[in-house]
Amino acid sequence: MLVNIKINGKDYQADSSLTILKVARRYHIHIPTLCYMFHEETNLEHKPASCRVCVVEVKGKRNLVPACATTVYEGMEVTTNSIKCIEYRKNIVELLLSNHPNDCVYCAKNNRCELQSLAAELGIRNVHYHGELSQKNEYKNIRGLMKNPAKCILCNRCTAVCREVQSIEAIVPTMRGFKTVISSPSKCITCGQCIQVCPTGALIQEDNTFQVEKLLADPTKFVVVNTAPAVRVSLGDEFNYPAGADVTKKMVASLRELGFDKVFDTNFGADLTIMEEATEFIERYKSGKNLPLITSCCPGWVKFIESFYPELLHLPSSCKSPTEMFGAIVKSYYAEKNHLDPKDIVVVSLMPCLAKKREAARTELSNDGYQNVDIVLTVKEYADLLKRRGIDLRELPDADFDHPLGESSGAGDIFGNTGGVIEAVARTASKWLSGEVKDVNFTQVRGLSGVREALVRVSDDISLSLCVCSGLKGARDVLEKIKRGEAHYDAIEIMACPGGCVNGGGQPIRQDMEQINVIRARQKGIYDIDKNKLVRISCDNEEIKELYHDYLIAPGSEKAHELLHTVFHDSSKA
Amino acid sequence: MKSNKELFAELDTFIEEKHNDPSELIAILHKAQGLFGYLPMNVQQFIADKLKINVSRVYGVVTFYSFFTMVPKGDNVINICLGTACFVRGANDLLARVEEILKIKNGETTPDGKFTLTTLRCVGACGLAPVMQINDKTYGNLKVDDIDGILSQY
Amino acid sequence: MKKINSREELLALYEQYQSLLDLRKEEKDVSEKYHISVCGGTGCTSSNSLEIVEELKKYAEIYHVADKVEISITGCFGFCERGPIVKIFPDHTFYVKVTPQDAEKIIKQHIVEGKVVEELLYKNEKGEKISKQDNINFYKKQHRIALRNCGLINPEVLEETIAVKGYQALAKVLYEMTSDDVIKEVSDSGLRGRGGAGFLTGQKWRFAKAAVSDKKYIICNADEGDPGAFMDRSILEGDPHSVLESMAIAGYAIGADEGEIYIRAEYPLAVHRLEIAIREATEAGLLGDHILGTNFSFHINIKYGAGAFVCGEETALIHSIEGKRGEPTLKPPFPATKGLFGKPTNVNNVETWANIPVIILDGGKKFAELGTENSKGTKVFALAGKINNVGLVEVPMGTTLREIIYDIGGGIKNGKKFKAVQTGGPSGGCLSEKDLDTPIDYDNLVEKGSMMGSGGMIVLDEDDCMVNIAKFYLEFTVEESCGKCTPCRVGNKRMLEILTKITDGNGTEQDLADLQELAHVIKDCSLCALGQSAPNPVLSTMQGFMDEYIAHVRDKKCPAGTCKNLVNYEIIEKNCLGCGLCARNCPVNAIFKTDRPAKNPRLMAYEIDGSKCVKCGTCLHKCPAKAIIK
Repeated sequence: MLVNIKINGKDYQADSSLTILKVARRYHIHIPTLCYMFHEETNLEHKPASCRVCVVEVKGKRNLVPACATTVYEGMEVTTNSIKCIEYRKNIVELLLSNHPNDCVYCAKNNRCELQSLAAELGIRNVHYHGELSQKNEYKNIRGLMKNPAKCILCNRCTAVCREVQSIEAIVPTMRGFKTVISSPSKCITCGQCIQVCPTGALIQEDNTFQVEKLLADPTKFVVVNTAPAVRVSLGDEFNYPAGADVTKKMVASLRELGFDKVFDTNFGADLTIMEEATEFIERYKSGKNLPLITSCCPGWVKFIESFYPELLHLPSSCKSPTEMFGAIVKSYYAEKNHLDPKDIVVVSLMPCLAKKREAARTELSNDGYQNVDIVLTVKEYADLLKRRGIDLRELPDADFDHPLGESSGAGDIFGNTGGVIEAVARTASKWLSGEVKDVNFTQVRGLSGVREALVRVSDDISLSLCVCSGLKGARDVLEKIKRGEAHYDAIEIMACPGGCVNGGGQPIRQDMEQINVIRARQKGIYDIDKNKLVRISCDNEEIKELYHDYLIAPGSEKAHELLHTVFHDSSKA
Repeated sequence: MKSNKELFAELDTFIEEKHNDPSELIAILHKAQGLFGYLPMNVQQFIADKLKINVSRVYGVVTFYSFFTMVPKGDNVINICLGTACFVRGANDLLARVEEILKIKNGETTPDGKFTLTTLRCVGACGLAPVMQINDKTYGNLKVDDIDGILSQY
Repeated sequence: MKKINSREELLALYEQYQSLLDLRKEEKDVSEKYHISVCGGTGCTSSNSLEIVEELKKYAEIYHVADKVEISITGCFGFCERGPIVKIFPDHTFYVKVTPQDAEKIIKQHIVEGKVVEELLYKNEKGEKISKQDNINFYKKQHRIALRNCGLINPEVLEETIAVKGYQALAKVLYEMTSDDVIKEVSDSGLRGRGGAGFLTGQKWRFAKAAVSDKKYIICNADEGDPGAFMDRSILEGDPHSVLESMAIAGYAIGADEGEIYIRAEYPLAVHRLEIAIREATEAGLLGDHILGTNFSFHINIKYGAGAFVCGEETALIHSIEGKRGEPTLKPPFPATKGLFGKPTNVNNVETWANIPVIILDGGKKFAELGTENSKGTKVFALAGKINNVGLVEVPMGTTLREIIYDIGGGIKNGKKFKAVQTGGPSGGCLSEKDLDTPIDYDNLVEKGSMMGSGGMIVLDEDDCMVNIAKFYLEFTVEESCGKCTPCRVGNKRMLEILTKITDGNGTEQDLADLQELAHVIKDCSLCALGQSAPNPVLSTMQGFMDEYIAHVRDKKCPAGTCKNLVNYEIIEKNCLGCGLCARNCPVNAIFKTDRPAKNPRLMAYEIDGSKCVKCGTCLHKCPAKAIIK
């Protein structure tokens, strides 16, 4: 129903289901917010109305009301910019600052902190309230997730994302009143989505860049890097590129500039994953056993099934993730070929993902006593490292990956998008099952919604029933259906982060646009890379063929199993 | 004294009777605290597993409500009423005296486990203000000088 | 009890059970038989009233009068100051401060010999003994509607409830009235919620009825959390069926078939009596399926609170019933549209419920005859603090504070001077001498910077420091804030810190300005009523007692002498006897003997070393010559 309202004396018409904030934003009337979050990619509107920064005056109401959670009604008269509103907002932000360490100068979120910007916006020049800090100002490192409760303003965006998007509730508010604090995580899968929505420095990620710098400076080490599919379309965000811009060549140049001995592509590992996974899938499909096959390249998802559905651990593919496969190959095949001692090789993975840090530490992801991956850097960390070294992506010449292990098909590229892995599997499975692929674009599986189903024709007589989940709430629903016997898919792709790796927990956050548009732009960037590749199917990748020919023999061989496959553990009691 | 196993079995039965329904969490926590005397993490984990919810949610609820405790209480629980009626009639002085005698602060338990000292907001015996309860017994119209004698009875 | 299948059966039982109350109805000075009611409220049971019952029964046997005396436990009489209370029917003799040791006397003298036990009678301020309850000033100005059955019936016996027209209102509703009729009757009464904000009950029901849903809920808010208010507990302990009956009536009115009573875990007696009442009423077909043989069904569950004041706020309460943290959410949506488990829900507090049967049976218009223009009926207050007659009092709206404090309450304890009265608990404010003649109703109290709240009324005297009182309430709010919104979570903490600074003697005039500013931010911007009203104790004391604040910050003096850092103890040398009692009792040896003669010239006077003094006040109390001042 349309209603007539006044905002700051001007007349507007708006639907009565909308909040003051939404109407104001539509008409470009600025109301500052802090705890409010519209997670459009998952349709989560978080409006606890708790920070009170968005308070506005409504005629006839004794108290100020939060614009984020108050719906409009016929005849409503709103004032968003009265002296009273502004003074009260300042007071509220001052109260937050009075309980904040205010060590912005050396805070990881300096210049990226919403509280800091808000204080600047409101022109706060001193805080005239003082008193006890409710929490101790120190970081605790929880498997790569750094938590400092003193910097927390209790917006509860993190707990909302963890509960509503990921269905985990690893973190919740605990205690009450002034002592309220977000809990230490329990059964956390380290997806990092909480970090992505934290407005302050309360939740940040571990910084491993200094460790990498030291290794790069060590002449006895052969340091190789591999870069995940979703990194090349997000790194540009930190260097004034438009969202989704493909900066592959600049990225490679920057890595070389930093002194990595070899710059390889994780997408090569992705093609390798498809070789193994498609083989495994066809086997399972033909035998009808252990279906649906569920992808296992997302470490957040793997931790999720290990923690919450140990009874379904026979379903994920036994394949290691692309970067882990890559690491295993570097320290075996590549080392042998180049007469390197694997003990001197350091594999660094440049990832869009926080959970990869934890994955790299899994003891089963090693061969001959060497971890497949030694250090994981996220895009955010890497951008910081470049800036620290004064390297501007824009100033660099183009450069290409080293070879071998630097070539990838378009199928490897699309791993960064939700639906990409399953599409890549479909391409290779289709080729193997029917000999040729008429159209490599299985667009039915693409998209952004949390759960997508598609029937995909891979040969004249075979259509596969596929499902794609991104965000674990949808995944949980699907798993429950499987447990109840209500869902019969042949294969499922699950990514922990909504939208897949393009929206991973280690990706940069753009301040200038809505996240959903950033995700879309990155998705497009990746599909464009794929589109422009000559080779679109993993099994057609010449370097992959060479690897099998020279070393692994065939997909699913004993050697391949030794290097490229892994096992999962029940961690529901952990 | 029931064994731990028996206590968990009883709690298990209670949760089943509540149909493993997470909305019964508070009733379940009351039951658990009644059985165990407090709510240690393993009890919270047990409840979380039974209700199929993350233990952090249980912990969030336990720490929100002042009635729930995660530390075992002493043999005798002293509750000093700090309701307004008792406050204006000198309850703070009673509290200070008990703290002085037992050498513990509000919320603590003596090292020998004999007394736990806590305060509460209004027993509803305002006519007897200031009031102190030890276990189920209520002492009213107290003066600071009465405290020594009362504590020595325990 | 057997199942009651119709209204006629209920009315027949009403007639039949009148005999149970025979002795308690008409006042008679001489009687063959007696009924002894012993108060079983929490205050009196804390003083061993249950033991009194046992002793009375024992002596009734010993003196062979067991057949001529009924002994029963009843709900709270309200006169808690003088508890335990024992009342003898039919002569209405009112015994106060009875101990188990008095039981023999009561049986022997009163029951056997027919003589009043003089020493157990109430003595008024003038020292006159008064034997009948109705002649005691404490009761004279009271008008009991919500408390009508407290102190009269045995709450654990359903038959007695039926004998006082229990469940007849429900029967009337089910047999004669449409749901709209019920809501109209309640609206006509002008009844406003007794829990705090004073929203019109009829309107609340209308909203809940208007909501369309397959399921609706009724909630009884029995999470009485105001420190110093205990009327809800007394009603539940003394007349639990009135609440159950009313919840069923509201269920019929709005279309709900399930009710939840959310009660403090700290109220074991009330819970116990509710459990009995629900069981008995269900057995008798007064609750459960097909109530009184009709098609209306209504089930009631008890849900326990777990110690969170904020759960008195209805959205927080609902979350607590759902097994969550009791954090409030923004209204709208109101519970009437989206409440328990997302379903339309009507929440009223205990005292509100207790008024409903009277409104239904006697009519809303009759109820509305009592009270002021916008506040109808009566209100129960928990009168406490520095007052002679502490207890529960129920008076018509519009009664003045002076009437309550002086006529009913018997004035200030120990002849001290009245300073203020605090109403509304942590959400309310302090009213001063000049407000004493204000007729109490919802709107007047708000206008004076306080509020009705649930009805706590704490009287303060000259020894109470108003800054310290404000700090006391702030401590409470800081402890009870859920922590969700910024102004309440951080703002109240900062206010408390400023108040602490002031009472510690470190305050400045800037602090007073900050306090005012902060108070308004918290009041206007907090999410729920707890935060919005939290600054009231500060604002109202600043309004009425600014001089005390100024004395603290400017002169570094606490006029009431309670803020220890601002108090200096001093020995008036010319009055000092030189006895040394003060020095011997000083816990920190801060008092020393001077070389100057005392009042008794053979001894030397004493002096206090201010740097060592911990201001405990022991010397002041020990000095036989009142030579020590502060």
